[in-house]
Amino acid sequence: MTHRDEIRFLLNGRDIALNDVGAGQTLLDFLRLDRRLTGTKEGCAEGDCGACTVLVGRLHDGQLRYETVNACIRFLAMLDGCHVVTVEHLSGPDGRLHPVQQAMVDHHGSQCGFCTPGFVMSLYALWMQTPEPTEQQVESALQGNLCRCTGYEPIVRAAVAVSRYGTPASDHLNTERDHVTARLAALRDGRRVVTGPAENLGILPADVDDLARVLGEHPDATIVAGSTDVGLWVTKFLRPISPAVFIGHLDELKSIRTTDSGLTIGAGVTYSECQDAITGMFPHLAAYWDRIAGWQVRNMGTVGGNIANGSPIGDTPPVLIALGAQITLRCGNDRRDMPLQDFFIDYGKQDRQPGEFVESIHIPRAAPGQLDAAYKISKRRDEDISSVAAGLSVTVRDNTIQDCRIAFGGMAATPKRAATAEAALSGQPWGEAAFRAAAQALGDDFTPMTDMRASSGYRMLSARNLLLRFYLEHDAATDTPVQLATA
Amino acid sequence: MKDNVTIKGGAHTDHAHDSAIKHVTGRADYTDDITEPVGTLHAYLGCSTVAHARIEKLDLSAVRAAPGVIGVLTADDVPGVNDISPTGRDDEPIFPTDKVEFHGQPLFAVIAESRDMARRAAERAEVSYDTMPHALDPVAAQQAGYPHVTDPLKLERGDVATGLSTAEHRIQGRITVGGQDHMYLEGQIAFAMPGEDDDVIVHCSTQHPSEAQHMVAHALGVPSNAVTVNVRRMGGGFGGKESQMNLFCAVAAIAAKKWNRAVKIRPDRDQDMTATGKRHDFVIDYDVAFDDEGRIQAVDGSFAARCGFSSDLSGPVTDRALFHADNAYFYPHVRLVSHPMKTNTVSNTAFRGFGGPQGVVAAERMIEEIAYALDKDPLEIRKANFYGADGRDVTPYHQQVEDNILDRLIGELETATDYQARRKAVLAFNAASPVIRKGIALTPVKFGISFTATWYNQAGALIHIYNDGSIHLNHGGTEMGQGLNTKVAQVVAEAFQVDFDRIKITKTTTEKVPNTSATAASSGTDLNGMAALDGCEQIKARLIEFAAAKWDVAPDQVLFLPNMVQIGDTSLSFDAFIKEAYMARVQLSAAGFYKTPKIHWDRTTGKGRPFYYYAYGAACSEVSIDTLTGEYRVDRTDILHDVGKSLNPILDKGQVEGAFIQGMGWLTSEELWWDGDGRLRTHAPSTYKIPLASDRPRIFNVSLADWSENKERSIKRSKAVGEPPFMLGISVLEALSMAVASVGDYKTCPRLDTPATPERVLMAVQRLKDPS
Repeated sequence: MTHRDEIRFLLNGRDIALNDVGAGQTLLDFLRLDRRLTGTKEGCAEGDCGACTVLVGRLHDGQLRYETVNACIRFLAMLDGCHVVTVEHLSGPDGRLHPVQQAMVDHHGSQCGFCTPGFVMSLYALWMQTPEPTEQQVESALQGNLCRCTGYEPIVRAAVAVSRYGTPASDHLNTERDHVTARLAALRDGRRVVTGPAENLGILPADVDDLARVLGEHPDATIVAGSTDVGLWVTKFLRPISPAVFIGHLDELKSIRTTDSGLTIGAGVTYSECQDAITGMFPHLAAYWDRIAGWQVRNMGTVGGNIANGSPIGDTPPVLIALGAQITLRCGNDRRDMPLQDFFIDYGKQDRQPGEFVESIHIPRAAPGQLDAAYKISKRRDEDISSVAAGLSVTVRDNTIQDCRIAFGGMAATPKRAATAEAALSGQPWGEAAFRAAAQALGDDFTPMTDMRASSGYRMLSARNLLLRFYLEHDAATDTPVQLATA
Repeated sequence: MKDNVTIKGGAHTDHAHDSAIKHVTGRADYTDDITEPVGTLHAYLGCSTVAHARIEKLDLSAVRAAPGVIGVLTADDVPGVNDISPTGRDDEPIFPTDKVEFHGQPLFAVIAESRDMARRAAERAEVSYDTMPHALDPVAAQQAGYPHVTDPLKLERGDVATGLSTAEHRIQGRITVGGQDHMYLEGQIAFAMPGEDDDVIVHCSTQHPSEAQHMVAHALGVPSNAVTVNVRRMGGGFGGKESQMNLFCAVAAIAAKKWNRAVKIRPDRDQDMTATGKRHDFVIDYDVAFDDEGRIQAVDGSFAARCGFSSDLSGPVTDRALFHADNAYFYPHVRLVSHPMKTNTVSNTAFRGFGGPQGVVAAERMIEEIAYALDKDPLEIRKANFYGADGRDVTPYHQQVEDNILDRLIGELETATDYQARRKAVLAFNAASPVIRKGIALTPVKFGISFTATWYNQAGALIHIYNDGSIHLNHGGTEMGQGLNTKVAQVVAEAFQVDFDRIKITKTTTEKVPNTSATAASSGTDLNGMAALDGCEQIKARLIEFAAAKWDVAPDQVLFLPNMVQIGDTSLSFDAFIKEAYMARVQLSAAGFYKTPKIHWDRTTGKGRPFYYYAYGAACSEVSIDTLTGEYRVDRTDILHDVGKSLNPILDKGQVEGAFIQGMGWLTSEELWWDGDGRLRTHAPSTYKIPLASDRPRIFNVSLADWSENKERSIKRSKAVGEPPFMLGISVLEALSMAVASVGDYKTCPRLDTPATPERVLMAVQRLKDPS
């Protein structure tokens, strides 16, 4: 089958077909500069402020699902086959305000107004998904939206009140759902898409086998799953990413399989998509998962990408290493499995060969007697990068620590297990003494750095204290609070 | 006449922000949304990569050769004066000629066909530097013998030496107070369009259009009447767009005139945060003496500020820190000295509170010191030191406090929050909880209203009534989200007794009202509302004179009633009346003017009445901290704030809520961090953390003191609201401090510096756990 060289998607009510879309071209620039849809704002160009929030509808197994994304770091080519909805599309044809907009006006949810369209879009998505949200659900949905004027109080009040202004069933994204689904289905032709000039080439493989072939042809290509990191390479560092191979649209990489042995997720699965499955099998990750970035980034970013880019401060590697996760790498038709911990070799260096890609992640079920915890310390509770992240899995039988895996992020050049601390715990009777010894031993495992997120001393002290927190949390004798209340 | 009819949107009513519908639909135009003329060019700054150096060579040949580049601008291309110092000190070049003074200092601009091309081209500069040692903070600057960027101020009253030496107790200490980035959601931006002769029009996002106008004229070497600066609205300002837009306006205007094409300049967020100024960091040394009851006897304070490489607004900012170093407390003997230090950092600037918050933090630290030294509740110490009557009512700058309402305000908040019982509960909780600790604090704020540069306290407005009865309103203030335009329009609606929507709010432009002051110092409504009212009164006087003559009634028989005018027995709709007035050739336009009365200030003697009045407020916050990690949550905050007789209670409440959260952010998660090379490493929202919705207090009650009325004749007896509630965030810092102090059984003041990040909280806990 011949390649297609045209990116096709729906923008609000219109069909869009574009040739020569460069790999690094962003949706936000397209909206603002090419289409003059200036309701969508640029606040940071790094996916952290939410002023550029739009909805993207995509077919998942034939079902149309809308999610918020940051247009600033979403590459235009990735929207092939999608429905992009901007703030300009919210008011009805009669010009009446949308229920979300009217609620925001009535509750005085805007002051300077610059962040407001982004908030409106996040609240729109929340209302469609959860028409009558709790304050906590509102806060979670707004983790990726910054407002510097209001202090958020009126926005939260508006969000809680939206359902009084209208029901999602009568919203035009729902009334036109079948029609849009058909239009998007018609855009899918199963062909590889090759777009952009040679120096800014973007490739959307037809399927996973085609991905393997594309990477065979371009072994040093930049693999882009959610673009929440690569997006910044372009917008902040002006780095070329060509040739870029986009994988976020590949259905085969979107699989989530729960089996007796554990959970296997494809490399293209976003944080949002696997949230229920992961936190269902590993309840200790529920609070942690909600602190990964903001909602938009959770809708875009993938666990596979978080692993493959090898950052020492990624949120998922420490907790997945502690759980004993394995990854499957594929090159052509060859696959190999490895423990996740072995993937990280050094800063910026992973055990991934040219042409190879992460295909899936497998997390085994907890062993009997396994106690798990996931901790993240950051300057700001939500939507922040960790100063220290920790995953702990400690198996206790007969009051003896049989086995443990303790992994930290932010403490070394890679996500890394605390081998000395683990040794200090293994075989010891459950008790504060063992954990204090392990905490002391962390000094032999890590020499953390000082940077803008935290000092070396704070990283070490808080990491040590997290071991004590783990002990107190799981010790039956503790009857006073060990962690801050979340609600 | 119908009795119970009132106009829509009059004074003292909850009226929505005039642009609310445009905000939520995305139809509110900001500068970057203005349609670009064909051929618009884009400028981008190239910045230094060292903190302090002589420039040996600035080679821009590769920049010029980059795709799409039209040209570059350096200091040599400034046709007028290469200076944008807002106070005329000539210490802030647009582009430096020989010396780099901070990491990230703009060295040149490149102009290209697209913004992307300009950005990429700017990276290609080759600069060789002869580096010099740098000093980044005020202490390092003092040690290195760096100069002041502007004259220090000393406030003195009484006999400090005797007061300090004779009191029963005396404590000396130091607090380091961090700075703050404005993090307005809309960054800096200017968009210049060349006109004929010397003319240029600049659309931009500034709080101070007149200054931008004068700076552009200065840089172009043309008279001010050639330059027009327009601002419809800003996407947030907070002081960060008071003087900082001058650079961008000057670059855009110079380029527009040089190439005779429209030129836009918009830095990305990183450049915005590294190349423009912030709130001043302070290192404050205090020496406080007090009696057994905790009554302060004497205070000696030294306030060293990180001003950056130039003066900018550091003079008035550091002055205001001293003006607020008393917060709400009477100091019988006092000496306060500022040290506005030059540092090799970006030049710091205005930020909501303008130095005041740093002064208030120092006052509250001294209160804490006293409380822990005497084993008392800090609130008891606060109350013992409030300004009062009979000799306890004079500030360190010799102004008498005549309008103090703190006794009532604090009393009401203390009762409403059940403070005493909750403090007991917190103490009991802490006694039984080894890991999680709580703290509670009730803190006051008293904030002086007026520009301390007395001549700034003037404003103008321009009112037209068209012959169909519709009204055009223009004034010198700028809209940055605070609702200034809404409130001023309410004043006009009230004056003419017409519905709010009869009034067209128009962009701020130097063409309509000249020589305006910055929309700053919380003064926007006070000044511009009065100027607009003056304009209305002028027109009304003419209309009354006309009506009295035409209908042959006494002037007091002419009444402006809701949307109509009653003249003796005759009543007309407002529109019909205006038509009659027009036909009778009545002038239906007026320029209003206002200057604040009573104020005067002599900086050399440190005496005067710099403030027309004070605004007051109080907040009670309760927090929990995790003594293992330093993480914390704000469990509850209650606020009672004084806005006088509010012009628009719902908008004022929004200001109070937003200011509190911003103040809390300043003192908690917002940290500016420079590396050893002098490079700011927290320069975007990914690294610089302002509060989120989930950082709001879990319970958050905000009330206005609706019984309060301004004792002075301010606009409709309201009070300014922009800045004062920012300092309510200090209640969170004080509550965190109490939670930390619990680790040492409240015997030791934790001396928690700011921002109190989880790291600072944990390290303070650790100091108390292990004093060695």
